[in-house]
Amino acid sequence: MAQRGGAVVERAVKTKLSLRGVNMVFRRDGNEVNVLENIALDAREGEFVCILGPSGCGKSTLLNIVGGFIKATSGQVLIDDEPVAGPDPRRIFVFQERGVFPWLTVEGNIDFGLHKLDKAERQRSIRHYIKLVGLEGFEKAYPQELSGGMKQRLEVARALAVNPDMLFLDEPFGALDSITRLTMRGELLRIWEAEKKTILFVTHDIEESVQLADRVVVMSARPATIRRHVVIDIPHPRDISSPRYLELRDSIFEEIGLAHTV
Amino acid sequence: MRKLEPILWPLALAVALLCAWHLAVVWTATRVFPSPFDVQRGLAELMRKGLLWSYIGDSLFRVSLGYLSAVVLGVPTGLALGWYPVAAKAVNPVIQMMRPISPLAWIPLAIVWFGVGNTASVFLIFLASFFPIVVASANGVRNVPIMYLQAGQNFGLRPAALLRRVIFPAALPQILIGLRIALGVAWLVVVAAEMIAVDSGLGYLVIDSRNAGKRYDLVVAGMLMIGLIGLGLDVGVRRLETVRSVRWGFRNE
Repeated sequence: MAQRGGAVVERAVKTKLSLRGVNMVFRRDGNEVNVLENIALDAREGEFVCILGPSGCGKSTLLNIVGGFIKATSGQVLIDDEPVAGPDPRRIFVFQERGVFPWLTVEGNIDFGLHKLDKAERQRSIRHYIKLVGLEGFEKAYPQELSGGMKQRLEVARALAVNPDMLFLDEPFGALDSITRLTMRGELLRIWEAEKKTILFVTHDIEESVQLADRVVVMSARPATIRRHVVIDIPHPRDISSPRYLELRDSIFEEIGLAHTV
Repeated sequence: MRKLEPILWPLALAVALLCAWHLAVVWTATRVFPSPFDVQRGLAELMRKGLLWSYIGDSLFRVSLGYLSAVVLGVPTGLALGWYPVAAKAVNPVIQMMRPISPLAWIPLAIVWFGVGNTASVFLIFLASFFPIVVASANGVRNVPIMYLQAGQNFGLRPAALLRRVIFPAALPQILIGLRIALGVAWLVVVAAEMIAVDSGLGYLVIDSRNAGKRYDLVVAGMLMIGLIGLGLDVGVRRLETVRSVRWGFRNE
């Protein structure tokens, strides 16, 4: 407990992402549905931010706006002080395992974004990231021959291979079984610490957010607003039975209005 | 023995059917309908005259020509229609209206446009296989999961690269299904196509053997060859579905 906050605060450098007054209104059957209301959110370079909220609250919409796939109805979305104009290879979106291309091998998937490099560099990069995510021996395998967890790691490797400075993960472990999910969280943290990316991670899993993030952004149900920012000032690896962990976790449970008894 | 099993049962059934056919001919003492042996003699006669292989070759040639031009025109048309929903909406009623018109109904027009001969029959085969290919390709594109498109854009692909590297491979399994259906239809239409005053081919053999001398042994021989080659073509296209980069799209593999 003595070193609490140390590793987290040191990472503070410049602001990577800045959202100001972001609103999103969808029109459906002539009705207007407010999905996001006046969202303000910053992320520092290298920060791991979890966006936590109930299913269907609009957190994926928020991530899609930041990723440049949809345009906010109003408000400002800045990355590196520039407005987001569309999808960009400098920031890669990772879907639940279904985003890997089934017609390409493991190698082919990782190679997908490397079309600007020469052959030797591509080979080196492919080898590096296959090793990083532990898929050695599966270079020539097709996604359908892989387990869910392996597909997810492949997608992360494909994203990392283009050396983006941000990763957007949309409930990436949602489709995995609980044991694989725990392993994958550890893997993601290991990779994050090795590669120093800014990560925006959307989840509806409170435990997951407290285990992973530097900061948890708690969102309300629709129309989504930010209820609270919770800084998780516990260094990694985190002891998930430590009093501080439980305290932070329980404060989020309370914020959302859930008693943590079943 | 176990290895032979998948072949054994179909083979046994074929033999049983041939026996039943033979016995039926014997018992009914028909003068018109040929027995399997008559057909076999008919086939041998065609071989002796050198007609069998040249007829098969001519039919395959017409089907290839019509079918391949349908592939070359149909796949890009389908991709475009799948990609531009507005175009698809405009064109779809026309396609759905053209599809139920049997290729037979086109024969008079085909003759007016192309005269009697090869071009007209190739045109009929083209027509029959074009629409299934267009429809399957368009559906294939429409069903590409949005995530693949987003991932492609995220990695900085411009539309042309997106089409080549994401949309086409993602739609390929469905396109292949369309190609298989279309090949079946193309071969199905060969008889009708060769009714138009061409003087070779398996379809011509069937029609001509009846018209000139009621040689039903040759009629059945022609039918048999059409069936066997159709089976071979289907087995051939199915092989494409086991290529590893498309196998994901075929659940039963």
